[in-house]
Amino acid sequence: MKPLRKRRLIFVISIVVGLGAAIGLGLYAMQQNINLFYSPQEVATGKAPVGPLIRLGGLVVAGSVKRDAESLQVSFDLTDNAEKVTVSYNGILPDLFREGQGIVTMGKLQEDGQFVAEEVLAKHDENYMSPEVAEAIKKAEAEAKARKPKE
Amino acid sequence: MIPEIGSLALAFGLGLALVQFIIPLVGILTHRWRLALIARPAAIGQFFFVALSFICLAYSFYSNDFSIAYVASHSNRSLPVAYRLGATWGGHEGSLLLWVFLLSSWTLAVALLSRSLPALTRVRVLAVLGAVSVGFLIFIIFTSNPFARLLPVYPIDGSDLNPLLQDPGMVFHPPLLYMGYVGFSVAFAFAIAALLEGRIDTLWARWVRPWTQAAWMFLTLGIAAGSWWAYYELGWGGWWFWDPVENASFMPWLIGTALLHSLAATEKRGVFKAWTTLLAIAAFSFSLLGTFLVRSGVLTSVHSFASDPVRGTYILVFLGVVVGASLILFAIRGSKVAVTSWYNLLSRELLFLINNLILVVVTVMILLGTLQPIIAELLGMGKVSVGPPYFNMVFNILMTPLVFLIGLGPIVNWRQYSFDDLIKRTRVSALVSLMAAGSMVVIESQKALTDLLQIFIGIFLIVWVVLLNITDWWKRGSKKSSNSLVGMTKVSPSFLGMYFAHIGLAIVVIGVVLSSHLSVEKNVRLGIGQSQSVSGYDFKFDKITNVTGPNYDALRGHFIVSKDGEQVAELHAEKRQYRASRQWMTEAGIDANLMRDLYVALGEQIENSNDWAVRIYVKPFITCLWLGGILMGIGGLLAMSDKRYRSRVKKKFGVEENQVIGVA
Repeated sequence: MKPLRKRRLIFVISIVVGLGAAIGLGLYAMQQNINLFYSPQEVATGKAPVGPLIRLGGLVVAGSVKRDAESLQVSFDLTDNAEKVTVSYNGILPDLFREGQGIVTMGKLQEDGQFVAEEVLAKHDENYMSPEVAEAIKKAEAEAKARKPKE
Repeated sequence: MIPEIGSLALAFGLGLALVQFIIPLVGILTHRWRLALIARPAAIGQFFFVALSFICLAYSFYSNDFSIAYVASHSNRSLPVAYRLGATWGGHEGSLLLWVFLLSSWTLAVALLSRSLPALTRVRVLAVLGAVSVGFLIFIIFTSNPFARLLPVYPIDGSDLNPLLQDPGMVFHPPLLYMGYVGFSVAFAFAIAALLEGRIDTLWARWVRPWTQAAWMFLTLGIAAGSWWAYYELGWGGWWFWDPVENASFMPWLIGTALLHSLAATEKRGVFKAWTTLLAIAAFSFSLLGTFLVRSGVLTSVHSFASDPVRGTYILVFLGVVVGASLILFAIRGSKVAVTSWYNLLSRELLFLINNLILVVVTVMILLGTLQPIIAELLGMGKVSVGPPYFNMVFNILMTPLVFLIGLGPIVNWRQYSFDDLIKRTRVSALVSLMAAGSMVVIESQKALTDLLQIFIGIFLIVWVVLLNITDWWKRGSKKSSNSLVGMTKVSPSFLGMYFAHIGLAIVVIGVVLSSHLSVEKNVRLGIGQSQSVSGYDFKFDKITNVTGPNYDALRGHFIVSKDGEQVAELHAEKRQYRASRQWMTEAGIDANLMRDLYVALGEQIENSNDWAVRIYVKPFITCLWLGGILMGIGGLLAMSDKRYRSRVKKKFGVEENQVIGVA
């Protein structure tokens, strides 16, 4: 029985080591690549970190979309009906990008409060709004309501 | 009238599914065999009614019956007929009906093709399939009836199918994918039946293998079709996004692949019995989990349908019941089927064990990444998303050793193999692979170090897998005939299938590695008449024309692509607006061949100018992705066509004789 036991021990040890390594790798990769969502209000009040890749979502403010005359550079404002954040983006906007539409962008917040987007996402359904954006707007409205009676 | 027939047929289907589920089990428990035998006719009847219901829905789409709410919201009078058929499964209700229709088709196939099975095993398998059917039919009838009417006031015209789904891909992709998903229910039913019986032998594995191979084949083709569709239809040239719904189809595929291998070991060597049962349960559970993720809308995804908490809760509970009951059964009976069988450290069994471990760990990692947004929300960590870099990193690192082993798997014998022989068999291939990888790195030496490392590993693995599988194939062929090439065609279908699947996978890896490292993607602003050069090709924006489609109006950009002054292709990239929904869609213009794809898609027209935002991509070898997928599918088909699955098994169990065949 001894060789059998020895073999089993080798098996078990290698499985444990392998699984441990895999889990370690997973946790490490996860930590590097989790992107938190922030609303325009959170960005404006300084709750969002400057530097790491984050997601910012809101409604595109009407009349705020500005195109560069030469390149694909574009900038627009996102709002949750409480605060505005200016987003700049160099690239092609999705088909459903429109003023008043709820969108989500992925990018980095700069020191000066500007948001540089690397990706702009809009869903392929006009009635669809990202639950994150919808919730951010609802939250901003609720807070505005809560503030009013005190004034 | 038609929709009422459809509803009624669903109800009858549910009734027969209940009969198929309950009465045979009662019959077995009370030893009244006559009762047990009702499973087969009930299964056939259930198929008849579910199929009838499905045909009713398809006909309602065909005849534009907008008094049905589901038809009204997913179709339109001007929709071409082929897309109306596709629209049948273009939304929540219809895709569930497709699911249950395919489930009853698999059940029918089991009922008709399983004559070689002992009667009681067949009855148990059909009863389990009936139980799954009951779960889904109740779900459809009570929460998602596709035949619900919009009476008395209904629209004259439907609101249209989402333009994204108006594509030939919609007609093929979901049925293929669902055939795969649902097909794992057969392996699941066999596993549960075996646990109920308390016995798993090599014969059992031989019954399950072709069913699993069939499901795996459909799932492979379904995933490949979906990826191809995303590539040309989403308009930005990506082919895999680690989107929750893609992951939901990929996880059962990974577990299914593990199951294929562990079933082979169970059939040939009688090992891993309990583990194989567990994998069969897991593969189907992941299919159900996939359904839950897609249908409940708990995760944001490009595939999300409108969410409905009742539906999500139902599937979650159903999933809990299926997984919970199966695992409890496994816990009680699993030890009965387990055996210890002897094998050496270096043996095919060991390679299969490592294969299984890696596939399961990868699946768990993908599951974690997919569910992380939910977990984080529950833990109050805020709203997070897990980006593709996580999945790419975990997947690439874990899959590298697995692909390496694909080269060794066919060579190493069952039970034991000598390390010296292994070196002898592989050293030439290793050298050639190293040289190929090295020269590729020299060619691309201007790239960054991490890119070079990935290119090196990728090319090494591709050449390694292809060489070792082909030389093994050659060697096996030379035993069959004095002319090895002729012999290669005479190798048994099981082995042929394996070589096709392994080489197919290597070709997929070619597509992945080369297209992700050598592609050149440019987003540019172009006026009519202007040109842009991308990796040696000159793209000239020739003109814009108006095009009238059957149910859309489009602007078509004509691009003339030339290389060294000679025209190689003319691409048409369209911007379509669908008349019914007023939605815009991008239709990419692609010129594909084995070596490279030329890809042009229109972005938006830039305000106050005649310029357009244009995506221009040159993607080398990307066609290999789908070519490899098709080869893998053919591999599955070949493997299941092996005659030994169809030979009628002698009534007394031929267990011993099977174990002798084991050293194949």
